[in-house]
Amino acid sequence: MPLEGREIGAPEQNLPLTQKIWDMNWGFILLICAVASVGFVMLYSAANGSVEPWASRQMIRFAAGMAIMFVVALVDVRIWLRLSYPLYALALLMLGAVEVMGVVGMGAKRWVEIGPIQVQPSEVMKITLIMAMARYFHGLSLEDVRRIRWLIIPLILIAMPAALVLRQPDLGTTLLLIAGAGIVFFAAGVSMWMFGAVIGAAIPTAFFAYQFLHEYQQKRILIFLNPESDPLGSGYHIMQSKIALGSGGVFGKGLVQGTQSHLNYLPEMRTDFIFSMLAEEFGMVGGLILFALYILLIAYGYAIALRSRNQFGKLLAVGLIGVFFLYVFINIAMVMGLVPVVGVPLPLISYGGTSMLTLLIGFGLIMSVYLHRDVEIQKR
Amino acid sequence: MRGKGNKEKSKTFTRRSLMIAGGQAGLMSLLAGRLYYLQVIQSDEYSMMADENRMNIRLLAPLRGRIMDRFGEEIASNRQNYQVVLIREQTGSVEKTLEHLSELVPVPESDWARVLKETRRKRGFVPIPVMENLSWEEFARINVHSPELPGIQLEVGQTRYYPYGPLFAHTVGYVGAVSERDLQNLEPDPLLELPGFRIGKNGIEKYYDLSLRGAAGTSRVEANAYGRVIRELDRQEGRPGDDLVLTIDAELQKYAAERMGQESAAAVVMDIHTGDILSLVSVPSFNPNSFTTGISHKEWRGLQNNPKRPLGNKAVAGQYPPGSTFKMIVALAALEHGAIGMDHEVYCGGSTKLGKHKFHCWKRGGHGKLNLREAIEQSCDVYFYDIARKVGIDKIAEMANRFGLGETLGLDLRGEKVGLIPTKDWKQAVKGERWQVGDTYNAGIGQGYVLTTPLQLAVMTSRLANGGKAVTPRLVKQKQQPLKEGEEVPEIADLGLNKTYLRYVLDGMFDVMNGKKGTGRASKIKVKGWEVAGKSGTAQVRRISKKERLTGVLKAEERPWEEREHALFVAYAPFDEPRYAVSVIVEHGGSGSKVAAPIASDLLKEALRLDPVRNKTRSKFVVNPPATEEDDDAS
Repeated sequence: MPLEGREIGAPEQNLPLTQKIWDMNWGFILLICAVASVGFVMLYSAANGSVEPWASRQMIRFAAGMAIMFVVALVDVRIWLRLSYPLYALALLMLGAVEVMGVVGMGAKRWVEIGPIQVQPSEVMKITLIMAMARYFHGLSLEDVRRIRWLIIPLILIAMPAALVLRQPDLGTTLLLIAGAGIVFFAAGVSMWMFGAVIGAAIPTAFFAYQFLHEYQQKRILIFLNPESDPLGSGYHIMQSKIALGSGGVFGKGLVQGTQSHLNYLPEMRTDFIFSMLAEEFGMVGGLILFALYILLIAYGYAIALRSRNQFGKLLAVGLIGVFFLYVFINIAMVMGLVPVVGVPLPLISYGGTSMLTLLIGFGLIMSVYLHRDVEIQKR
Repeated sequence: MRGKGNKEKSKTFTRRSLMIAGGQAGLMSLLAGRLYYLQVIQSDEYSMMADENRMNIRLLAPLRGRIMDRFGEEIASNRQNYQVVLIREQTGSVEKTLEHLSELVPVPESDWARVLKETRRKRGFVPIPVMENLSWEEFARINVHSPELPGIQLEVGQTRYYPYGPLFAHTVGYVGAVSERDLQNLEPDPLLELPGFRIGKNGIEKYYDLSLRGAAGTSRVEANAYGRVIRELDRQEGRPGDDLVLTIDAELQKYAAERMGQESAAAVVMDIHTGDILSLVSVPSFNPNSFTTGISHKEWRGLQNNPKRPLGNKAVAGQYPPGSTFKMIVALAALEHGAIGMDHEVYCGGSTKLGKHKFHCWKRGGHGKLNLREAIEQSCDVYFYDIARKVGIDKIAEMANRFGLGETLGLDLRGEKVGLIPTKDWKQAVKGERWQVGDTYNAGIGQGYVLTTPLQLAVMTSRLANGGKAVTPRLVKQKQQPLKEGEEVPEIADLGLNKTYLRYVLDGMFDVMNGKKGTGRASKIKVKGWEVAGKSGTAQVRRISKKERLTGVLKAEERPWEEREHALFVAYAPFDEPRYAVSVIVEHGGSGSKVAAPIASDLLKEALRLDPVRNKTRSKFVVNPPATEEDDDAS
């Protein structure tokens, strides 16, 4: 990479490590810890007022994830830029491996075993696709962005992993991948009319695609439209979740006092439906406080994106924070019965190691963008 | 150029980012709005649903009321039912546990298979019954070894128990599981849906089921989504069923059943003043305890195919021609309507002719000339052909109805039969034929169309013996509520008979037992003051053909069982101060005076011996004797 001579008054391009640590965005880290702590409290409640077995494990994962996040944050954003395509290719390869030799769990193939560890390539892809998109649009002038022929390559980059994840089958993640990439498209300046055209085409396509969905996926959508129609079958989840939320009222039933959660009426209360438990035990007040924490975190993400001087950093931060928002929105909308049950965890709160790790790596990247905000990067 | 492009790019990015952020803010507001809608506007509705989810109401079965005899002896009680249940999630292995258990108490093969099947079907914490009705020894043995039997629990439930076994099966009935039909027919009661709940299926148990049943208690519990009870929130105890005191004397009943032995027979012993049924026997019987626990198919078939019909209550549902026991009715009808005087005499030559038909007396050579009292004593058929013809069937029927024949008497049992007292209109309506004088002849000796139940005959005898009062039978002691001030025990209605005529007929009955030629004189009670008055009856099951008349009628013992006559006897005692009436029927027993009379006489003797007025030791068993009770018994 050719490096131009540093002008007087221009920002430092290569900060020493100690300076980087000093410069860390500690407010951002504090917010992440605050949200994760809400998760620990809920997992403590889920175990009927005990740190074992869930809260403790979640804390260990969080600590490990934080360490990885720091490492990711300290790595120069230019290295991440260079690694974007190779990492994307690796993730795509792993997705292909799932197709061939994946481990079946919960009726879908999502995992591959690499040595002793199990990896969920679709999770890896969520980050690498955003990186690849940011990398691609970083090298494009505004004029090129507005030309359709320059969009063919990124569309193919999206289509390949999307198709593979859809085959697992995992409709929720597929849509998240497409939406995340779409945010980068939009932020990069792709013409509005193109989005209009895509959305216009998507609606009839969706109707058409509905015919090809798995029966359980069709059923989920139908039950979403009318959960009361099947109170003991698949609509049970949504119904019980709404009862948990509604019965929580304004101030909630108190920690470990949620009847819906603790008497097992609420399904999946440690993972996908953890927000329902929170809203049952802490009411609307607790729910809104969590909203506020999420909003602050997202706002910080935007601030970092706007502050970055390089297009790669801007697009990466906005893309990652956009995916983060989508997670929050879809999960909460799902437990409130606003969107179908798609199996999206509540970020930083739901019990589970993989999504925690993915999120913290994502935040690590955003922090790397922040630490290297003044770095100027050539187009190619 | 690059700087300008970069600036442009940055501006576009900022604009677009703010648009995305704006969209996201909008979506977040949507979530907040939804949160408000669910948690504030619809909160009450969802709170109710959450409570409905978590709270379960469990029914607590009340203890069924006991049924006791007049002296407080338990006829139907509740027995502790020692049960073994298995909780799968507490056992290491269901098979191993069962193996270990059967070393202590043999587990039947069928139960073994059933338990294994149920453990697979039900959730781990649901107790599965393994065995019930264990003996105390078995129960104790398992209890001692319980530390080695994880997952095995001992429970004590309550089951209906009839300590006297078959003795009161027909009167008291039995309890059984609630059937689909019961659910449709009975008044709705949540108890009916309680698993293992038993209701009265027959007899007193059925008739008084509601008051015996009591009311369910409830226990509100908090249960989780799998139905496991977490804790009890509150509990409301139910009301146990009311105890019921019957008029029956268990000791007399026991004596009566033993006295009748292997016969297919029925007997009713009644207090002629109060109508108290002291004994209501129908033999052979069955064991009601079998029905409580669920009767085996084999046992059920055995009961159903028995020609002596153990399942039927012959005392109230068996309809038999009364034979000569009907003659008092005919006599009173003739006297009351002036068809004959008390001095009316008839010559009996062994038969009488009506047109071409010849009507025989039971005595081939005839009785010679006799008056009404002698005709009753010797049960002369020819005499009664004569007076029946003189008074006519409709007046006989009217008199029979006054004595409770041909109508139901309102006993607290289902299945009480009406019998049949024929009239001219009845024959026209039902048979479509004119009434013949010959029909009157047959009715005059209690044959032909006439049908009565042993209960009706006992009531008839009581009404004769108590001086013509319309006493009605009862099985349950009147609710022992103290009488209100100024209230009097209602007088029993009088039948309005001429007491002189009645006395005359009763004298005839006295002679049956005590006269020189009385048909029942062999069964006379010789104790002074215990004299019996009675009347025998021998009811033909089939006509005796002309050929048989010529060749000589075969003795009862020489004919097949089902062709022999029914033996009947009605009686009361003591003659001077009447107290108890009895009716006995022995199906296909032969001669009433030979077979039924001794039983009737013995029953009366035992009733008098056990009488609490004379037998002071029995009085102390009376539970809370009310003031009026002593008067009743002494009257």
